[in-house]
Amino acid sequence: MTHPDRQAMIADPSPSAARPVTDDELHALIDGRLPPAEREPLEQRVRQQPEAAERLRRWRAQRDLLRSLHAEVLQEPLPPAMRDALTRSATSRQAAQTWWRLGGMAASVLLAFTAGWLSHMQWNTADRGSPLARNGVEFARQAAVAHVLFTPEVRHPVEVAAADQAHLVQWLSKRLGKPLSVPQLSEQGYQLMGGRLLPGSTGARAQFMYQHSGGTRLTLYVGAVDKGAAAAETAFRFTDEGPVPGFYWVDDGWGYALSGPLPREALAALAQAVYRQL
Amino acid sequence: MDPNELLPHIPGLRRYARALTGDAWAADDLVQDTLERACAKRLLWRVGSDLRAWLFTLMHNLHVNQWQRRAGERAAGFPVDVDDVQAELVAPQAPTDTAIDLQRCLLMLPEEQRVVLLLVSLEDLPYEAVARITGVPVGTVMSRLSRARQRLQQLMDAAPAPAASPAAAEPPALRRLK
Repeated sequence: MTHPDRQAMIADPSPSAARPVTDDELHALIDGRLPPAEREPLEQRVRQQPEAAERLRRWRAQRDLLRSLHAEVLQEPLPPAMRDALTRSATSRQAAQTWWRLGGMAASVLLAFTAGWLSHMQWNTADRGSPLARNGVEFARQAAVAHVLFTPEVRHPVEVAAADQAHLVQWLSKRLGKPLSVPQLSEQGYQLMGGRLLPGSTGARAQFMYQHSGGTRLTLYVGAVDKGAAAAETAFRFTDEGPVPGFYWVDDGWGYALSGPLPREALAALAQAVYRQL
Repeated sequence: MDPNELLPHIPGLRRYARALTGDAWAADDLVQDTLERACAKRLLWRVGSDLRAWLFTLMHNLHVNQWQRRAGERAAGFPVDVDDVQAELVAPQAPTDTAIDLQRCLLMLPEEQRVVLLLVSLEDLPYEAVARITGVPVGTVMSRLSRARQRLQQLMDAAPAPAASPAAAEPPALRRLK
């Protein structure tokens, strides 16, 4: 075996045709790691040395063969468990880390807001009464966190796009164990972008995302709520305690939350439009 | 880092793991572990550094340190709903004879040589990146690469007649890490 001469490929001011081509030089040539100026002289030397030329030819063919190995794997659909690992990680974080992720833009503003929000939460826990109400609030909080997590996404805002709506509805219905229908909000100027599946504290949750022509994004968050909370239906409730305001309600054992960076009145009208279609 | 930034890297990680282990299930287990490790440590990833190289480093360390133990734990398996994996059950493209030979020969290489060869060839990573990922000097990467290319060439030359070939008979068992 030729002993690698590592310096040769780095600096060689006066290449001599007689000097044997090293393994390292061949690697650099095969793997495309040489600057163009060094490539041509080296190739010339290789041509003058039949043994090196043969090794170059065979190693090059070997590399090409390796690069085609398992190419079909690149086209395979991703195993759901891999996607779930990312989603789980994304949603299991506390809101504070969501802030952290968004923090590049306006860290201090968000920090102040978070602090205010958290202290506000603390003030309010005392008068938040029944477990039923707490469940609803927790549901709405999770909806808001999921909203701020996924609406800024440019490339992957949704898992299944609206173009594939039949599949989207079928898939989410199956995962939630409930026949879902997707409300249309086009009359209000919001087009359905698609949806994704998320884990929630009481089971799977579906998130549908809508976008206004102006770029504003709304999310509708749907999932089963606790048995306790499921017993009673609730009226629309508004919350602006989370990172984004929203309306939430419980109907027939299912919780719904519509979240978006909109004034209360506008959100109320949209929530009613959603409710009518469910 | 948003976990979704990892998505575009998953197909490449899966292909590399498949070539490294020669086993689709073991490979996906390794990728799964890598993704979970990446999510858990994502705040440690330096913004602006090469996310792909970082993922390969995580995968390499997992493969070296934890693979055997993990594989043992998971061998018991878990129930899978056929409906849930329907998308994965499409008949895979039949591998060519050459691809099967190549994978078999790869598995006969010592692991440290196979790792370097795959990172350099399959993943097209620079030698310096391979050195960082595997935690050895560049010189060691280069000598492993030489040995891997030579050895693989010998094995492939011998592949068409495995029974009669001394080269194929020489390694007593597959150096297969599961």
